[in-house]
Amino acid sequence: MSDLSYDEILEKEVREVNRKKKMWRWLFLSSVAFLVSWILFPIYLLVVNSLSSADVINGFPKNFWPAFDMESLHFFVNYYGVLGALKNSLIAALFTMVIAIGLGTPAGYALARFDFRGKETFRMLILLTRAFPMPLLALPLAVIFINVGLDDSLFGLSLVHTALALPFSVLITSSLFLGIPVELEEAAWVLGCNRWQAFMKVVMPLALPGLTASAVFAFVISWNEVFAAAVLTVNNQTLTAFLVQSLSTSPVEVKFAGGLILILPAILFLFVVRKYLFSMWGIANR
Amino acid sequence: MNKKYYPYVLIAPSVLFLLIFFVYPFIEVFVQAFTSSDGHVGLSNFENIFTDYNFLPSLKNTLLLALVVVPVQLCMAVGMSLMISKMKKGRDTVLYILTIPLGVSDLAAGIIWLAILDQNGFLNSFLFSIGVIDQPESWLNYQNPIIIFTAVVVAEIWRATAILLVILVSGIGLIPKEYYEAAEIFGANSWVRLWKVTLPLLRPSLQTALILRTLLAFEVFAVVMLLGGSNMPVLMGETFNWAFNYQDAGAASAYAVVILALSIVFTLFYLRVLRVPKGARI
Repeated sequence: MSDLSYDEILEKEVREVNRKKKMWRWLFLSSVAFLVSWILFPIYLLVVNSLSSADVINGFPKNFWPAFDMESLHFFVNYYGVLGALKNSLIAALFTMVIAIGLGTPAGYALARFDFRGKETFRMLILLTRAFPMPLLALPLAVIFINVGLDDSLFGLSLVHTALALPFSVLITSSLFLGIPVELEEAAWVLGCNRWQAFMKVVMPLALPGLTASAVFAFVISWNEVFAAAVLTVNNQTLTAFLVQSLSTSPVEVKFAGGLILILPAILFLFVVRKYLFSMWGIANR
Repeated sequence: MNKKYYPYVLIAPSVLFLLIFFVYPFIEVFVQAFTSSDGHVGLSNFENIFTDYNFLPSLKNTLLLALVVVPVQLCMAVGMSLMISKMKKGRDTVLYILTIPLGVSDLAAGIIWLAILDQNGFLNSFLFSIGVIDQPESWLNYQNPIIIFTAVVVAEIWRATAILLVILVSGIGLIPKEYYEAAEIFGANSWVRLWKVTLPLLRPSLQTALILRTLLAFEVFAVVMLLGGSNMPVLMGETFNWAFNYQDAGAASAYAVVILALSIVFTLFYLRVLRVPKGARI
Protein backbone atom coordinates (compact mmCIF):
# COMPACT_ATOMS: atom_id res chain seq x y z
CA MET A 1 0.00 0.00 0.00
CA SER A 2 1.45 3.29 -1.00
CA ASP A 3 0.56 6.82 -0.02
CA LEU A 4 -1.17 8.99 -2.55
CA SER A 5 1.29 11.02 -4.50
CA TYR A 6 1.36 14.77 -4.13
CA ASP A 7 -0.20 15.18 -7.58
CA GLU A 8 -3.10 12.91 -6.73
CA ILE A 9 -3.88 14.83 -3.54
CA LEU A 10 -3.78 18.10 -5.43
CA GLU A 11 -6.03 16.75 -8.14
CA LYS A 12 -8.51 15.53 -5.58
CA GLU A 13 -8.60 18.90 -3.88
CA VAL A 14 -9.09 20.75 -7.14
CA ARG A 15 -11.97 18.45 -7.99
CA GLU A 16 -13.51 19.04 -4.56
CA VAL A 17 -13.24 22.82 -4.95
CA ASN A 18 -14.75 22.66 -8.41
CA ARG A 19 -17.63 20.57 -7.15
CA LYS A 20 -18.36 23.11 -4.42
CA LYS A 21 -18.12 25.97 -6.88
CA LYS A 22 -20.58 24.24 -9.18
CA MET A 23 -22.97 23.64 -6.31
CA TRP A 24 -22.86 27.30 -5.25
CA ARG A 25 -23.36 28.40 -8.80
CA TRP A 26 -26.38 26.17 -9.16
CA LEU A 27 -27.82 27.43 -5.88
CA PHE A 28 -27.15 31.02 -6.93
CA LEU A 29 -28.80 30.68 -10.31
CA SER A 30 -31.85 28.89 -8.96
CA SER A 31 -32.43 31.57 -6.33
CA VAL A 32 -32.17 34.24 -9.03
CA ALA A 33 -34.68 32.29 -11.11
CA PHE A 34 -36.97 31.89 -8.13
CA LEU A 35 -36.93 35.61 -7.24
CA VAL A 36 -37.53 36.65 -10.84
CA SER A 37 -40.54 34.37 -11.24
CA TRP A 38 -41.82 35.38 -7.80
CA ILE A 39 -42.09 38.95 -9.10
CA LEU A 40 -43.22 38.25 -12.66
CA PHE A 41 -45.70 35.42 -12.25
CA PRO A 42 -48.36 37.35 -10.28
CA ILE A 43 -48.19 40.17 -12.84
CA TYR A 44 -48.52 37.60 -15.61
CA LEU A 45 -51.65 36.24 -13.96
CA LEU A 46 -53.14 39.74 -13.81
CA VAL A 47 -52.39 40.10 -17.53
CA VAL A 48 -54.12 36.77 -18.20
CA ASN A 49 -57.17 37.98 -16.32
CA SER A 50 -57.22 41.34 -18.08
CA LEU A 51 -56.99 39.69 -21.49
CA SER A 52 -59.96 37.44 -20.84
CA SER A 53 -63.65 38.01 -21.39
CA ALA A 54 -65.95 38.65 -18.43
CA ASP A 55 -67.31 35.09 -18.62
CA VAL A 56 -63.84 33.56 -18.31
CA ILE A 57 -62.91 35.85 -15.42
CA ASN A 58 -65.98 34.81 -13.48
CA GLY A 59 -65.59 31.13 -14.45
CA PHE A 60 -63.77 28.28 -12.73
CA PRO A 61 -61.29 26.68 -13.06
CA LYS A 62 -59.19 29.33 -14.73
CA ASN A 63 -56.95 28.93 -17.72
CA PHE A 64 -53.31 29.90 -17.13
CA TRP A 65 -52.93 31.10 -20.73
CA PRO A 66 -54.27 34.46 -21.93
CA ALA A 67 -57.14 34.29 -24.40
CA PHE A 68 -56.13 37.66 -25.91
CA ASP A 69 -59.70 38.75 -25.63
CA MET A 70 -59.82 42.56 -25.46
CA GLU A 71 -63.39 42.71 -24.20
CA SER A 72 -62.54 43.70 -20.60
CA LEU A 73 -59.89 46.27 -21.50
CA HIS A 74 -62.03 47.74 -24.24
CA PHE A 75 -65.02 47.97 -21.95
CA PHE A 76 -62.96 49.64 -19.23
CA VAL A 77 -61.25 52.23 -21.45
CA ASN A 78 -64.33 53.21 -23.41
CA TYR A 79 -66.94 53.14 -20.74
CA TYR A 80 -65.20 55.29 -18.19
CA GLY A 81 -62.91 57.54 -20.24
CA VAL A 82 -59.92 56.28 -18.30
CA LEU A 83 -57.52 57.94 -20.72
CA GLY A 84 -58.19 61.40 -19.26
CA ALA A 85 -57.56 60.12 -15.76
CA LEU A 86 -54.38 58.45 -16.98
CA LYS A 87 -53.15 61.75 -18.38
CA ASN A 88 -54.00 63.55 -15.13
CA SER A 89 -52.09 60.97 -13.12
CA LEU A 90 -49.05 61.40 -15.36
CA ILE A 91 -49.10 65.20 -15.13
CA ALA A 92 -49.46 65.20 -11.34
CA ALA A 93 -46.66 62.63 -10.99
CA LEU A 94 -44.27 64.59 -13.22
CA PHE A 95 -44.94 67.83 -11.30
CA THR A 96 -44.31 65.97 -8.06
CA MET A 97 -41.07 64.47 -9.32
CA VAL A 98 -39.61 67.79 -10.44
CA ILE A 99 -40.59 69.71 -7.29
CA ALA A 100 -39.48 66.98 -4.88
CA ILE A 101 -36.03 66.56 -6.46
CA GLY A 102 -35.56 70.31 -6.86
CA LEU A 103 -36.32 70.98 -3.21
CA GLY A 104 -34.94 67.78 -1.72
CA THR A 105 -31.48 67.49 -3.27
CA PRO A 106 -30.02 70.72 -1.82
CA ALA A 107 -31.46 69.86 1.58
CA GLY A 108 -30.02 66.33 1.43
CA TYR A 109 -26.63 67.80 0.52
CA ALA A 110 -26.80 70.24 3.43
CA LEU A 111 -27.61 67.41 5.84
CA ALA A 112 -24.73 65.30 4.59
CA ARG A 113 -21.99 67.92 4.32
CA PHE A 114 -22.59 70.65 6.88
CA ASP A 115 -22.83 70.87 10.64
CA PHE A 116 -25.08 73.74 11.47
CA ARG A 117 -27.33 74.95 14.25
CA GLY A 118 -30.78 73.50 13.76
CA LYS A 119 -29.56 70.52 11.75
CA GLU A 120 -31.11 68.02 14.14
CA THR A 121 -34.32 70.06 14.24
CA PHE A 122 -34.50 69.97 10.46
CA ARG A 123 -33.80 66.22 10.45
CA MET A 124 -36.55 65.71 12.98
CA LEU A 125 -38.94 67.82 10.89
CA ILE A 126 -38.18 65.61 7.88
CA LEU A 127 -38.63 62.41 9.86
CA LEU A 128 -41.82 63.68 11.48
CA THR A 129 -43.13 64.29 7.99
CA ARG A 130 -42.55 60.64 7.21
CA ALA A 131 -44.01 59.65 10.55
CA PHE A 132 -47.40 60.97 9.65
CA PRO A 133 -50.21 59.58 7.53
CA MET A 134 -49.68 62.41 5.06
CA PRO A 135 -52.73 61.78 2.87
CA LEU A 136 -54.86 62.96 5.80
CA LEU A 137 -53.29 66.39 5.48
CA ALA A 138 -55.31 66.73 2.29
CA LEU A 139 -58.42 67.46 4.40
CA PRO A 140 -57.33 70.82 5.88
CA LEU A 141 -55.42 71.63 2.70
CA ALA A 142 -58.56 71.25 0.59
CA VAL A 143 -59.98 74.36 2.30
CA ILE A 144 -56.84 76.42 1.68
CA PHE A 145 -56.77 75.39 -1.97
CA ILE A 146 -60.30 76.67 -2.48
CA ASN A 147 -59.23 80.04 -1.03
CA VAL A 148 -56.19 80.39 -3.29
CA GLY A 149 -57.85 78.96 -6.39
CA LEU A 150 -55.90 75.69 -6.49
CA ASP A 151 -58.93 73.49 -5.86
CA ASP A 152 -59.42 70.63 -8.32
CA SER A 153 -56.06 71.41 -9.93
CA LEU A 154 -53.34 68.91 -10.68
CA PHE A 155 -50.74 71.42 -9.48
CA GLY A 156 -52.41 71.65 -6.07
CA LEU A 157 -52.58 67.87 -5.86
CA SER A 158 -48.93 67.54 -6.81
CA LEU A 159 -48.02 69.96 -3.99
CA VAL A 160 -49.64 67.56 -1.53
CA HIS A 161 -47.90 64.64 -3.23
CA THR A 162 -44.62 66.55 -2.93
CA ALA A 163 -45.19 66.82 0.81
CA LEU A 164 -45.32 63.01 0.69
CA ALA A 165 -42.30 62.61 -1.58
CA LEU A 166 -40.00 65.35 -0.28
CA PRO A 167 -38.86 63.53 2.89
CA PHE A 168 -38.00 60.46 0.79
CA SER A 169 -36.03 62.65 -1.54
CA VAL A 170 -34.17 64.43 1.33
CA LEU A 171 -33.40 61.24 3.27
CA ILE A 172 -32.25 59.26 0.24
CA THR A 173 -30.10 62.05 -1.19
CA SER A 174 -28.55 62.75 2.21
CA SER A 175 -27.53 59.12 2.73
CA LEU A 176 -26.29 59.14 -0.84
CA PHE A 177 -24.09 62.21 -0.33
CA LEU A 178 -22.90 60.78 3.00
CA GLY A 179 -21.57 57.83 1.05
CA ILE A 180 -19.52 60.00 -1.33
CA PRO A 181 -16.17 60.84 0.29
CA VAL A 182 -15.87 64.54 1.06
CA GLU A 183 -12.17 64.24 0.15
CA LEU A 184 -13.09 63.96 -3.54
CA GLU A 185 -14.79 67.33 -3.33
CA GLU A 186 -11.91 68.82 -1.38
CA ALA A 187 -9.52 67.64 -4.07
CA ALA A 188 -11.64 69.44 -6.67
CA TRP A 189 -11.53 72.64 -4.58
CA VAL A 190 -7.76 72.41 -4.35
CA LEU A 191 -7.61 71.99 -8.12
CA GLY A 192 -9.49 75.26 -8.57
CA CYS A 193 -13.17 74.34 -8.66
CA ASN A 194 -15.56 76.42 -6.62
CA ARG A 195 -18.16 74.69 -4.50
CA TRP A 196 -20.78 74.58 -7.24
CA GLN A 197 -18.36 73.30 -9.89
CA ALA A 198 -17.02 70.66 -7.54
CA PHE A 199 -20.56 69.53 -6.83
CA MET A 200 -21.53 69.36 -10.50
CA LYS A 201 -18.32 67.73 -11.73
CA VAL A 202 -17.45 65.37 -8.90
CA VAL A 203 -20.45 64.69 -6.67
CA MET A 204 -23.20 64.80 -9.28
CA PRO A 205 -21.89 61.98 -11.54
CA LEU A 206 -21.47 59.76 -8.48
CA ALA A 207 -24.86 60.68 -7.08
CA LEU A 208 -26.85 60.50 -10.31
CA PRO A 209 -28.05 56.88 -10.00
CA GLY A 210 -29.28 57.49 -6.47
CA LEU A 211 -30.92 60.75 -7.49
CA THR A 212 -32.68 58.84 -10.23
CA ALA A 213 -33.85 56.28 -7.75
CA SER A 214 -35.24 59.05 -5.59
CA ALA A 215 -36.93 60.61 -8.63
CA VAL A 216 -38.54 57.27 -9.35
CA PHE A 217 -39.84 57.25 -5.79
CA ALA A 218 -41.37 60.69 -6.15
CA PHE A 219 -43.08 59.74 -9.37
CA VAL A 220 -44.38 56.45 -8.02
CA ILE A 221 -45.58 57.99 -4.76
CA SER A 222 -47.72 60.45 -6.65
CA TRP A 223 -48.88 57.91 -9.21
CA ASN A 224 -50.02 55.46 -6.54
CA GLU A 225 -51.57 57.89 -4.08
CA VAL A 226 -55.30 57.46 -3.58
CA PHE A 227 -56.63 59.34 -0.57
CA ALA A 228 -55.45 62.90 -1.28
CA ALA A 229 -56.23 62.48 -4.97
CA ALA A 230 -59.81 61.53 -4.17
CA VAL A 231 -60.21 64.50 -1.81
CA LEU A 232 -58.55 67.17 -3.93
CA THR A 233 -59.68 66.38 -7.47
CA VAL A 234 -63.29 66.34 -8.62
CA ASN A 235 -63.31 66.81 -12.39
CA ASN A 236 -59.57 66.31 -12.86
CA GLN A 237 -59.54 62.89 -11.23
CA THR A 238 -56.36 60.87 -11.29
CA LEU A 239 -56.45 57.22 -12.21
CA THR A 240 -56.23 55.92 -8.64
CA ALA A 241 -58.99 58.20 -7.37
CA PHE A 242 -61.05 57.15 -10.33
CA LEU A 243 -60.41 53.42 -9.82
CA VAL A 244 -61.15 53.44 -6.11
CA GLN A 245 -64.45 55.17 -6.65
CA SER A 246 -65.52 52.71 -9.30
CA LEU A 247 -64.14 49.60 -7.57
CA SER A 248 -66.97 49.26 -5.08
CA THR A 249 -69.63 49.32 -7.81
CA SER A 250 -67.77 47.88 -10.78
CA PRO A 251 -67.78 44.27 -12.00
CA VAL A 252 -64.70 42.09 -11.45
CA GLU A 253 -63.37 42.36 -15.00
CA VAL A 254 -63.18 46.15 -14.62
CA LYS A 255 -61.13 45.70 -11.43
CA PHE A 256 -58.55 43.55 -13.19
CA ALA A 257 -58.39 45.70 -16.33
CA GLY A 258 -58.03 48.77 -14.10
CA GLY A 259 -55.24 47.10 -12.13
CA LEU A 260 -53.34 46.35 -15.33
CA ILE A 261 -53.77 49.88 -16.66
CA LEU A 262 -52.59 51.21 -13.30
CA ILE A 263 -49.35 49.21 -13.27
CA LEU A 264 -48.44 49.36 -16.98
CA PRO A 265 -47.17 52.98 -17.16
CA ALA A 266 -45.24 52.49 -13.92
CA ILE A 267 -43.50 49.40 -15.30
CA LEU A 268 -42.70 51.28 -18.52
CA PHE A 269 -41.37 54.22 -16.53
CA LEU A 270 -39.06 51.96 -14.54
CA PHE A 271 -37.92 50.42 -17.81
CA VAL A 272 -36.97 53.85 -19.14
CA VAL A 273 -34.90 54.78 -16.08
CA ARG A 274 -33.34 51.34 -15.70
CA LYS A 275 -30.04 52.44 -17.19
CA TYR A 276 -29.68 55.00 -14.41
CA LEU A 277 -30.41 52.30 -11.86
CA PHE A 278 -27.70 50.22 -13.52
CA SER A 279 -25.05 52.91 -13.33
CA MET A 280 -25.01 52.21 -9.61
CA TRP A 281 -22.44 49.56 -10.51
CA GLY A 282 -20.39 52.17 -12.23
CA ILE A 283 -19.80 53.54 -8.76
CA ALA A 284 -18.97 50.13 -7.37
CA ASN A 285 -16.28 49.63 -9.97
CA ARG A 286 -14.46 52.91 -9.42
CA MET B 1 -21.62 84.97 0.83
CA ASN B 2 -20.48 83.82 4.23
CA LYS B 3 -19.88 80.09 4.23
CA LYS B 4 -21.86 79.49 7.39
CA TYR B 5 -25.08 80.53 5.60
CA TYR B 6 -24.71 77.82 2.91
CA PRO B 7 -26.65 75.09 4.70
CA TYR B 8 -29.48 77.49 5.54
CA VAL B 9 -29.81 78.58 1.93
CA LEU B 10 -29.84 74.93 0.87
CA ILE B 11 -32.57 73.87 3.28
CA ALA B 12 -34.66 77.06 3.04
CA PRO B 13 -36.88 75.93 0.13
CA SER B 14 -37.69 72.61 1.82
CA VAL B 15 -38.34 74.26 5.18
CA LEU B 16 -40.67 76.82 3.64
CA PHE B 17 -42.51 74.14 1.73
CA LEU B 18 -42.89 71.94 4.78
CA LEU B 19 -44.12 74.81 6.95
CA ILE B 20 -46.97 75.44 4.56
CA PHE B 21 -47.83 71.91 3.48
CA PHE B 22 -46.91 69.93 6.55
CA VAL B 23 -46.69 71.92 9.80
CA TYR B 24 -49.86 73.89 9.28
CA PRO B 25 -52.17 70.99 8.34
CA PHE B 26 -50.36 68.89 10.98
CA ILE B 27 -51.41 71.35 13.69
CA GLU B 28 -54.91 71.36 12.26
CA VAL B 29 -55.13 67.57 12.66
CA PHE B 30 -54.09 67.85 16.33
CA VAL B 31 -56.58 70.65 16.90
CA GLN B 32 -59.30 68.42 15.46
CA ALA B 33 -58.23 65.39 17.47
CA PHE B 34 -58.39 67.25 20.79
CA THR B 35 -61.57 69.17 20.01
CA SER B 36 -64.77 67.35 20.86
CA SER B 37 -67.83 67.62 18.67
CA ASP B 38 -69.33 70.38 20.87
CA GLY B 39 -66.24 72.53 20.29
CA HIS B 40 -64.55 72.06 23.67
CA VAL B 41 -60.96 70.96 24.16
CA GLY B 42 -60.91 67.42 25.47
CA LEU B 43 -60.27 63.75 24.96
CA SER B 44 -63.74 62.72 23.84
CA ASN B 45 -62.49 61.74 20.37
CA PHE B 46 -59.97 59.39 21.93
CA GLU B 47 -62.65 57.95 24.24
CA ASN B 48 -64.73 57.32 21.14
CA ILE B 49 -62.07 55.40 19.28
CA PHE B 50 -60.62 53.57 22.32
CA THR B 51 -64.04 52.19 23.22
CA ASP B 52 -64.73 51.19 19.61
CA TYR B 53 -64.61 47.41 19.20
CA ASN B 54 -62.34 47.74 16.15
CA PHE B 55 -59.61 49.74 17.87
CA LEU B 56 -57.65 46.99 19.62
CA PRO B 57 -57.84 44.54 16.70
CA SER B 58 -56.69 47.23 14.29
CA LEU B 59 -53.80 48.21 16.57
CA LYS B 60 -52.84 44.54 16.97
CA ASN B 61 -53.08 43.79 13.24
CA THR B 62 -51.04 46.83 12.26
CA LEU B 63 -48.21 46.12 14.72
CA LEU B 64 -48.17 42.40 13.98
CA LEU B 65 -48.06 43.05 10.26
CA ALA B 66 -45.07 45.38 10.63
CA LEU B 67 -43.30 42.95 12.97
CA VAL B 68 -43.71 40.07 10.52
CA VAL B 69 -43.21 41.87 7.21
CA VAL B 70 -40.32 44.26 7.90
CA PRO B 71 -37.68 41.75 9.19
CA VAL B 72 -38.49 39.30 6.39
CA GLN B 73 -38.20 42.07 3.81
CA LEU B 74 -34.95 43.36 5.29
CA CYS B 75 -33.31 39.92 5.10
CA MET B 76 -34.65 39.39 1.58
CA ALA B 77 -33.47 42.83 0.44
CA VAL B 78 -29.96 42.36 1.88
CA GLY B 79 -29.73 38.93 0.24
CA MET B 80 -31.06 40.22 -3.06
CA SER B 81 -28.75 43.23 -3.13
CA LEU B 82 -25.72 41.03 -2.35
CA MET B 83 -26.86 38.64 -5.05
CA ILE B 84 -27.11 41.47 -7.57
CA SER B 85 -23.72 42.86 -6.61
CA LYS B 86 -22.24 39.41 -7.35
CA MET B 87 -23.90 39.09 -10.75
CA LYS B 88 -22.10 39.76 -14.00
CA LYS B 89 -24.29 38.59 -16.86
CA GLY B 90 -27.89 39.74 -16.91
CA ARG B 91 -27.75 41.73 -13.70
CA ASP B 92 -29.36 44.79 -15.30
CA THR B 93 -32.31 42.68 -16.40
CA VAL B 94 -32.64 40.99 -13.02
CA LEU B 95 -32.47 44.27 -11.14
CA TYR B 96 -35.10 45.76 -13.41
CA ILE B 97 -37.43 42.83 -12.83
CA LEU B 98 -36.90 42.83 -9.07
CA THR B 99 -37.69 46.54 -8.88
CA ILE B 100 -40.90 46.31 -10.91
CA PRO B 101 -43.06 46.31 -7.74
CA LEU B 102 -41.75 49.84 -7.09
CA GLY B 103 -44.21 50.91 -9.72
CA VAL B 104 -47.10 48.88 -8.38
CA SER B 105 -49.42 50.71 -6.00
CA ASP B 106 -50.84 48.90 -3.01
CA LEU B 107 -54.19 49.21 -4.75
CA ALA B 108 -52.85 47.35 -7.80
CA ALA B 109 -50.98 44.83 -5.63
CA GLY B 110 -54.24 44.10 -3.86
CA ILE B 111 -55.94 43.54 -7.21
CA ILE B 112 -53.13 41.22 -8.37
CA TRP B 113 -53.28 39.06 -5.25
CA LEU B 114 -57.05 39.09 -5.36
CA ALA B 115 -56.80 37.58 -8.84
CA ILE B 116 -54.74 34.77 -7.33
CA LEU B 117 -56.45 34.18 -4.00
CA ASP B 118 -60.04 34.90 -4.94
CA GLN B 119 -62.60 32.09 -4.81
CA ASN B 120 -62.46 31.83 -8.62
CA GLY B 121 -58.78 32.71 -8.61
CA PHE B 122 -55.63 31.09 -9.92
CA LEU B 123 -54.61 29.42 -6.65
CA ASN B 124 -57.87 27.51 -6.49
CA SER B 125 -57.65 26.69 -10.20
CA PHE B 126 -54.18 25.25 -9.62
CA LEU B 127 -55.20 23.28 -6.52
CA PHE B 128 -58.23 22.00 -8.41
CA SER B 129 -56.18 20.86 -11.40
CA ILE B 130 -53.79 18.84 -9.23
CA GLY B 131 -56.71 17.39 -7.30
CA VAL B 132 -56.20 18.94 -3.85
CA ILE B 133 -59.66 20.51 -3.79
CA ASP B 134 -62.93 19.44 -5.46
CA GLN B 135 -64.56 22.84 -5.65
CA PRO B 136 -63.44 26.48 -5.34
CA GLU B 137 -62.67 27.27 -1.71
CA SER B 138 -63.31 30.72 -0.29
CA TRP B 139 -60.04 31.40 1.54
CA LEU B 140 -60.45 35.09 2.23
CA ASN B 141 -63.52 34.99 4.45
CA TYR B 142 -64.06 35.88 8.09
CA GLN B 143 -63.58 32.26 9.21
CA ASN B 144 -59.94 32.32 8.16
CA PRO B 145 -58.36 35.37 9.84
CA ILE B 146 -54.93 33.72 9.75
CA ILE B 147 -55.19 33.07 6.01
CA ILE B 148 -56.25 36.67 5.41
CA PHE B 149 -53.31 37.88 7.49
CA THR B 150 -50.93 35.58 5.60
CA ALA B 151 -52.32 36.77 2.27
CA VAL B 152 -51.69 40.39 3.26
CA VAL B 153 -48.16 39.49 4.42
CA VAL B 154 -47.42 37.77 1.10
CA ALA B 155 -48.84 40.67 -0.92
CA GLU B 156 -46.86 43.20 1.14
CA ILE B 157 -43.62 41.24 0.79
CA TRP B 158 -44.23 40.96 -2.94
CA ARG B 159 -44.98 44.65 -3.29
CA ALA B 160 -42.69 46.56 -0.96
CA THR B 161 -39.35 44.72 -0.82
CA ALA B 162 -38.18 46.59 -3.92
CA ILE B 163 -38.08 49.87 -1.99
CA LEU B 164 -35.50 48.40 0.40
CA LEU B 165 -33.65 46.75 -2.49
CA VAL B 166 -33.03 49.97 -4.41
CA ILE B 167 -31.73 51.81 -1.34
CA LEU B 168 -29.43 48.92 -0.39
CA VAL B 169 -28.09 48.27 -3.91
CA SER B 170 -27.33 51.96 -4.19
CA GLY B 171 -25.63 51.85 -0.75
CA ILE B 172 -23.54 48.76 -1.58
CA GLY B 173 -22.42 50.44 -4.80
CA LEU B 174 -20.95 53.27 -2.74
CA ILE B 175 -18.71 51.03 -0.62
CA PRO B 176 -15.17 51.38 -1.98
CA LYS B 177 -13.76 48.16 -3.43
CA GLU B 178 -10.47 48.75 -1.60
CA TYR B 179 -12.13 47.80 1.69
CA TYR B 180 -12.94 44.34 0.36
CA GLU B 181 -9.49 43.94 -1.12
CA ALA B 182 -7.92 44.89 2.21
CA ALA B 183 -10.21 42.49 4.07
CA GLU B 184 -9.30 39.71 1.64
CA ILE B 185 -5.57 40.31 2.10
CA PHE B 186 -6.07 39.95 5.84
CA GLY B 187 -7.76 36.61 5.22
CA ALA B 188 -11.42 37.47 5.73
CA ASN B 189 -13.73 35.02 3.98
CA SER B 190 -16.94 36.19 2.32
CA TRP B 191 -19.00 35.65 5.52
CA VAL B 192 -16.63 37.81 7.58
CA ARG B 193 -16.52 40.41 4.81
CA LEU B 194 -20.32 40.62 4.90
CA TRP B 195 -20.44 41.20 8.67
CA LYS B 196 -17.30 43.32 9.08
CA VAL B 197 -17.29 45.40 5.87
CA THR B 198 -20.60 45.42 3.99
CA LEU B 199 -23.16 45.65 6.78
CA PRO B 200 -21.34 48.24 8.96
CA LEU B 201 -20.68 50.47 5.94
CA LEU B 202 -24.25 49.97 4.81
CA ARG B 203 -25.62 51.36 8.07
CA PRO B 204 -26.79 54.76 6.73
CA SER B 205 -28.68 53.01 3.95
CA LEU B 206 -30.08 50.39 6.32
CA GLN B 207 -31.28 53.11 8.65
CA THR B 208 -33.06 55.02 5.90
CA ALA B 209 -34.53 51.85 4.45
CA LEU B 210 -35.83 50.54 7.76
CA ILE B 211 -37.40 53.82 8.84
CA LEU B 212 -39.17 54.28 5.52
CA ARG B 213 -40.40 50.71 5.35
CA THR B 214 -41.65 50.45 8.94
CA LEU B 215 -43.57 53.69 8.79
CA LEU B 216 -45.09 52.63 5.47
CA ALA B 217 -46.14 49.38 7.13
CA PHE B 218 -48.13 51.43 9.67
CA GLU B 219 -49.94 53.11 6.77
CA VAL B 220 -50.94 49.87 5.04
CA PHE B 221 -54.45 50.25 3.75
CA ALA B 222 -55.54 49.42 0.21
CA VAL B 223 -54.05 45.89 0.14
CA VAL B 224 -55.84 45.02 3.37
CA MET B 225 -59.05 46.59 2.09
CA LEU B 226 -59.01 44.41 -1.02
CA LEU B 227 -57.89 41.13 0.56
CA GLY B 228 -59.45 41.34 4.00
CA GLY B 229 -62.17 43.96 3.77
CA SER B 230 -63.73 44.53 7.16
CA ASN B 231 -62.39 41.20 8.43
CA MET B 232 -58.96 42.61 9.08
CA PRO B 233 -59.15 46.12 10.53
CA VAL B 234 -55.93 48.14 10.46
CA LEU B 235 -55.27 51.63 11.88
CA MET B 236 -55.16 53.44 8.55
CA GLY B 237 -58.30 51.69 7.33
CA GLU B 238 -60.14 52.69 10.51
CA THR B 239 -58.98 56.28 10.01
CA PHE B 240 -60.48 56.14 6.54
CA ASN B 241 -63.73 54.67 7.87
CA TRP B 242 -64.14 57.34 10.54
CA ALA B 243 -63.35 60.13 8.09
CA PHE B 244 -65.53 58.95 5.22
CA ASN B 245 -68.11 56.40 6.26
CA TYR B 246 -68.87 57.89 9.70
CA GLN B 247 -67.98 61.49 8.68
CA ASP B 248 -66.27 62.03 12.06
CA ALA B 249 -63.15 64.12 11.38
CA GLY B 250 -62.35 64.35 15.11
CA ALA B 251 -62.16 60.58 15.60
CA ALA B 252 -60.23 60.20 12.33
CA SER B 253 -57.73 62.76 13.58
CA ALA B 254 -57.47 60.88 16.89
CA TYR B 255 -56.57 57.74 14.91
CA ALA B 256 -54.02 59.78 13.00
CA VAL B 257 -52.48 60.87 16.32
CA VAL B 258 -52.21 57.20 17.40
CA ILE B 259 -50.45 56.25 14.14
CA LEU B 260 -48.19 59.27 14.57
CA ALA B 261 -47.21 58.24 18.12
CA LEU B 262 -46.36 54.70 16.97
CA SER B 263 -44.32 56.01 14.07
CA ILE B 264 -42.30 58.37 16.26
CA VAL B 265 -41.50 55.61 18.75
CA PHE B 266 -40.18 53.32 16.01
CA THR B 267 -38.27 56.09 14.24
CA LEU B 268 -36.45 57.05 17.44
CA PHE B 269 -35.71 53.36 18.02
CA TYR B 270 -34.03 52.97 14.62
CA LEU B 271 -32.15 56.25 14.94
CA ARG B 272 -30.67 55.04 18.23
CA VAL B 273 -29.94 51.43 17.28
CA LEU B 274 -28.44 52.18 13.86
CA ARG B 275 -26.75 55.44 14.81
CA VAL B 276 -23.83 56.18 12.50
CA PRO B 277 -20.90 57.60 14.48
CA LYS B 278 -19.32 60.53 12.68
CA GLY B 279 -15.88 58.94 12.47
CA ALA B 280 -17.32 55.74 11.01
CA ARG B 281 -18.81 57.34 7.92
CA ILE B 282 -17.31 56.44 4.58
